[in-house]
Amino acid sequence: MPAPDILVRAHELTKRFGQFTAVDAISFELRQGEAFGFLGPNGAGKSSTMRMIGCVSPPTGGELSILGMDPVADGPAIRSRLGVVPQEDTLDVELTVRENLLIYGRYFGLPRAVIADRTDRLLDFVQLTERGNDQVEPLSGGMKRRLTIARSLINDPEILLLDEPTTGLDPQARHVVWDRLFRLKQQGVTLILTTHYMDEAEQLCDRLVVMDGGKIAAEGSPRELIDQYSSAEVLELRFHPSEHDQAAEKLRDVPAERMEVLADRVLLYVPDGDAALAAAGDLGLEPLTSLVRRSTLEDVFLRLTGRRLED
Amino acid sequence: MSAPAVWQRQPAVEPAAAGARRVPGPVVMALREFRFWLVNYRRTWKGTIYSSVLNPVLYLGAMGLGLGKLVDQHGQLGRLGGVSYLVFLAPGLLAAAAMETAMGESTYPVLGSVKWLKTYYAAAAAPLRPRDIFHGHLMFTTMRLIMNCAIFLVVMSAFGAVKSAWVLAALPVAVLTGLAFAAPIEAFAITRDKDSSFAALFRFGMIPMFLFSGTFFPVSQLPAWIRPLAYVTPLWHGVALCRSLSLGTADLAGSLVHVGYLLALAAIGIAVGQRTYRRRLYV
Ligand SMILES: Nc1ncnc2c1ncn2[C@@H]1O[C@H](COP(=O)(O)OP(=O)(O)O)[C@@H](O)[C@H]1O
Ligand SMILES: [Mg+2]
Repeated sequence: MPAPDILVRAHELTKRFGQFTAVDAISFELRQGEAFGFLGPNGAGKSSTMRMIGCVSPPTGGELSILGMDPVADGPAIRSRLGVVPQEDTLDVELTVRENLLIYGRYFGLPRAVIADRTDRLLDFVQLTERGNDQVEPLSGGMKRRLTIARSLINDPEILLLDEPTTGLDPQARHVVWDRLFRLKQQGVTLILTTHYMDEAEQLCDRLVVMDGGKIAAEGSPRELIDQYSSAEVLELRFHPSEHDQAAEKLRDVPAERMEVLADRVLLYVPDGDAALAAAGDLGLEPLTSLVRRSTLEDVFLRLTGRRLED
Repeated sequence: MSAPAVWQRQPAVEPAAAGARRVPGPVVMALREFRFWLVNYRRTWKGTIYSSVLNPVLYLGAMGLGLGKLVDQHGQLGRLGGVSYLVFLAPGLLAAAAMETAMGESTYPVLGSVKWLKTYYAAAAAPLRPRDIFHGHLMFTTMRLIMNCAIFLVVMSAFGAVKSAWVLAALPVAVLTGLAFAAPIEAFAITRDKDSSFAALFRFGMIPMFLFSGTFFPVSQLPAWIRPLAYVTPLWHGVALCRSLSLGTADLAGSLVHVGYLLALAAIGIAVGQRTYRRRLYV
């Protein structure tokens, strides 16, 4: 029997498309009340995983149990208790905002009065009350995304699945969405989210897995991952292109936990960035710019995969 | 400031009540998708009614009355079963109108739902299964068929193109004729990524059928070697049965063959569509 507070359990879960393995034997557990994230670049297999959890993509191998049920045999029963925000909006743009919620509520067999009541609350929550009777088509990307989030909550779901909730939005629209998701989190919502934005993962996820090439590279809270795979601080140095390689070579004499030489910068992973900068100065190096910052999940990803998250 | 509680239910791994795995029956599920189409149709129904009325008026006026006068003067009534051209033509056009309605509802709307608007995916993320989505769409197609065919029958009667009260039975027959097209075509349309094959379907399927399946003239006028081709088209069966009902000349055995043929096509379309919808929506 699964532990009572584990809502999703995946064991060596695999998805293949023909010969291509999109999700490669991943194992994870989702606990009640947590915000769990998949962080990885495009093509990592995040959406494929989400679609399997959403019971619209039969696993090719491994085990998957959602709310104690089997996604293939009990798809409709499971989906009736999930909320889904897919990567691409599937709103009916020819209908109004309210009609979209009405139709979606009916998919769950909810009575009209219940839908009407929830629609008011949800539109208020996603700040779309004034647009309730407007057609969806002309709404901005951020508004559509918020409407999709409102729609995903119409059935009062037990787990909320969010596939790249803010991809493609401008920074301001992203912050509005983040704010709403953060409130959901505060209300104790259990959510699974995928993202390729490390700041999104850091802000919203209690626990996350770093995914790359269909595999899970690491797992933990953002803090744990940073502590485990990176240093307290990072010193970023930028040199004149003609001096870049030479400088990188010299920098090996500065004591550091790790050094990454990128095309345009050198990153030194150190406990104390200022001290490292002073040490670089003592070696006679004169960077064009220097920056001391805290480690982020981006650094974790770089360490784990040798590549950057966002390109 | 506190956010309104939009989250009320506590999750539970164990199905809370006995029967939590139970889902509504297939009809209830399909009705949910049907209602989606109804809400959508609210925006466009007026325009569709206009054309449902205008089409039979134009066709029956031009071909039944105009061309019909010429045909009738020619004194060939024997080959038309002893009735005027208008009376001969009208039930054929009824079946053809059902075909046209079916093709319209089962091509672009299906591709649009999976490719352009992606509304099928919204339904699939909710409890509906691919087959429920398919059945619901077919239900809506059926409703459109009933509407259009009923309007056609009314216009037809107004033109005095009806000979027998049996013509009322032509309504379900025309709807069935439409479904014999709609079910297989929806099953096919869901497999498409582009609409180019629809143009071919209209050009090489619908139009030749419209012209050569007995709508405008008896198939017996065609060269003998080509007639079997007309007999296998669903439209010929629909036309023949609608006509025999409208003229009051239907016999039981022949009618059963036509109905059986049309039912078989619809049933095959439904069986195939359940699979193709699943394959498309559950990747
Ligand atoms: N239906 C499909 N058919 C074939 N390949 C697919 C399909 N869906 C996804 N893939 C491939 O699987 C890999 C993972 O895709 P996806 O899960 O969408 O990644 P992510 O969401 O992390 O960007 C990609 O290489 C993608 O091209
Ligand atoms: Mg994705």
